[in-house]
Amino acid sequence: MAYVAMADRDDPHALHDPQSFVTKYIWSQDHKVIAIQYGVTAIAIGLVALVLSLVMRLQLGFPHAFSLIAPTDYYQAITMHGMIMVIYLLTALFLGGFGNYLIPLMCGSRDMVFPYLNMVSYWVYLLAVIVLVIGFFVPGGPTGAGWTLYPPQAVSKGTPGATWGIVCMLISLGIFIVAFTMGGLNYVTTVLQARCRGMTLMRMPLSVWGIFTATILGLLAFPALLVSAVMMTLDSTVGTSFFMPAMVSMGHSPTHSGGSPLLFQHLFWFFGHPEVYIVALPAFGIVSDLLSTHARRHIFGYRMMVWAILAIGCLSFVVWAHHMYVSGMNPYFGFFFATTTLIIAVPTALKVYNWVLTLWRGDIHLTVPMLFAIGFIFTFIHGGLTGLFLGNVTVDVPLSATYFVVAHFHMVMGVSPILVVFGAVYHWYPKITGKMMNDFLGRLHFWITFLGVYAIYLPMHYLGILGVPRRYYAYTTTDFPQSVQELNRAITISALIVGAAQLILLYNLVYSLFRGKPSGPNPWRATTLEWQTPDTPPHHGNWGPKLPVVYRWAYDYSVPGASDDFIPQNVPPGPTAPATHGHGSDT
Amino acid sequence: MATDVMTAQAPAEGLHGVATDFAADKQAFPVPWGKVMMWIFLLSDTFIFSCFLTGYMNVRISTTAKWANPSAVFSLAIGQTEVPLLLIAIMTMVLITSSGTMAMAVNFGYRRNRSVTTALMLVTAGLGACFVGMQAFEWSKLILIEGVRPWGSALGPPQFGAVFFMVTGFHGLHVSAGVVYLCVVAMRVWNGFYDRKGTYETVEVVGLYWHFVDLVWVFIFALFYLW
Repeated sequence: MAYVAMADRDDPHALHDPQSFVTKYIWSQDHKVIAIQYGVTAIAIGLVALVLSLVMRLQLGFPHAFSLIAPTDYYQAITMHGMIMVIYLLTALFLGGFGNYLIPLMCGSRDMVFPYLNMVSYWVYLLAVIVLVIGFFVPGGPTGAGWTLYPPQAVSKGTPGATWGIVCMLISLGIFIVAFTMGGLNYVTTVLQARCRGMTLMRMPLSVWGIFTATILGLLAFPALLVSAVMMTLDSTVGTSFFMPAMVSMGHSPTHSGGSPLLFQHLFWFFGHPEVYIVALPAFGIVSDLLSTHARRHIFGYRMMVWAILAIGCLSFVVWAHHMYVSGMNPYFGFFFATTTLIIAVPTALKVYNWVLTLWRGDIHLTVPMLFAIGFIFTFIHGGLTGLFLGNVTVDVPLSATYFVVAHFHMVMGVSPILVVFGAVYHWYPKITGKMMNDFLGRLHFWITFLGVYAIYLPMHYLGILGVPRRYYAYTTTDFPQSVQELNRAITISALIVGAAQLILLYNLVYSLFRGKPSGPNPWRATTLEWQTPDTPPHHGNWGPKLPVVYRWAYDYSVPGASDDFIPQNVPPGPTAPATHGHGSDT
Repeated sequence: MATDVMTAQAPAEGLHGVATDFAADKQAFPVPWGKVMMWIFLLSDTFIFSCFLTGYMNVRISTTAKWANPSAVFSLAIGQTEVPLLLIAIMTMVLITSSGTMAMAVNFGYRRNRSVTTALMLVTAGLGACFVGMQAFEWSKLILIEGVRPWGSALGPPQFGAVFFMVTGFHGLHVSAGVVYLCVVAMRVWNGFYDRKGTYETVEVVGLYWHFVDLVWVFIFALFYLW
């Protein structure tokens, strides 16, 4: 190549280290600073969503004791809770946060391929969050259409926020997609083109594979959300009728006619289902690395793990209508989508088996990241199994819109990825700050959270089988068994405890920054490149004067004949570090 | 790829070998980063336009009212004769021609011919601006004379105006953005930026975008004006 851009360059003199506070920490083009900016913003807005969920739980658990919210507020809370958690917290945190931090470090690059674009990506994301927050303060408040924003009710009078709130929501989503696209193009191009010498695709840590594949899914799935957001914005502001049929609403008939609400559902779920895997695949990848590192054992079946990630990514585009079994669909389509849905269980189960087999006869260190990783295996199997129930048309129809669905997706794409986020925070915090997090507080945080989520979501399955519908403000006149209200109360108390336990994490994050023990460069004795940087935390440009060279795969733990129980990826073959086959096909 | 960092990899056959070969290079594609990024962006953009066009087909099929007759709506009077699709034929010609001048600009860029590359890029931008101008004329004719509105029209169901303005508008925005992009890069070609950088690949990256916008127009043309 005629020229070599910054991310791939050996010469350190070409790197200009930013000096002033503003260029170093605010308008920074350094992927590590951008990652922290993404992470802090995502967690901040995520706390808003957490508080909203607790307010809803107080209403459901103690319907007459508190008058915190009116029925319309309940819908608004449920909508904003869902949208913030899925898009603005999990997607942004996994891809903008961990993706930004880990991809260049794990691939051995100095930065993303286009750092300026990467910086713009964060600021546009912040704008999306600001527009989202503005939605809380416009006349009528935020939209109360449910996080799926189904028309016609999303833009019809009578739904909270049908005039201003929904427009803020849609515009914010549009801005988010622009931000994601700018970041996502960077992540994909960096992984494909800017790895260091020796870092072949099949030597990349699974974290990178998961984030990489999820980003591709995002680049192909968010377009459908963008298009449906544009169409619905036009429906609600200009008066077009893309999704709006002729109807009578609250005694008068709006001017819309001839639109197709089902079209929105198809577009939304063509985005919405891959979105599940946009959140899940980075979690799959990261948890693989946590398990392998803390079990001192190579990941079982590395090559199969990579192909499973890719297979899940492809399949996730052909299952979307399993969210629409009750929307009215040709039974043959139901058959098709149920079949593809159940086929996804094959690569997913393969991954679960491989995680368990990685632990098999490993030298398991029950560190805090490991606890969260093992906790993830439990919650994910649990949520995955209920997914098999809901993937079948005949089982799904009676369970639709009940608490069974709420329990399922919270276990599988709420709790499971969040446990991985926590594990990843405890795992990489020493690299980001140079300090260890407090171990006791970490364990406390884990046990309350892990046991607490079971106390919250297990009873919800039972409520769902009893037929308790979701998205209801109160069940006062419905004749449910006494156990329903008692369980709702128990769930609420558990949710309050789990919510409060997250303060332990926040306290630990701040406390350890000042009082944490110095971690050294590689406290977990891990093999991947981010632990081999010359400085901790890594400086601008990551690698000092020379880029690393990779000689082996990411999982050389407990290699027979080696002097240590791990061999970093950049250690050349030698007497104390035997060459291995490069990936796990030999085991 | 240097062999010193590749240890103990047995040669693989068949599909496995293809995957290994693809994975084993330092770069997955032997092209500059900007070009890879543009290809991925265009793939994403393809999904946007696919969703728009699928949505259009869906509303057109599912609406109960009779769709507007494109030959009648998009005709232009020359003297006393109504010529169907005349304006759109000219617009399509202009845009396809601009793809030709763009391809020539890429060619002259790789020959390091600064002035001809600049000129051809400006011609391409000019043709693009001309296309957008004609689109503005077409829109104003529809709005002011035919009375088509996004929320309804006498010519067909309300979705006709809505989807037409939305999709052609979105494409028009792409063309307008492309004109700006072309002008910026043309200016950099002219002031010797790419000579100093040592490569004219950015001209080709702009070209990719421009050809994509043209290709999308072919689909819009076929689905809106010929269906």
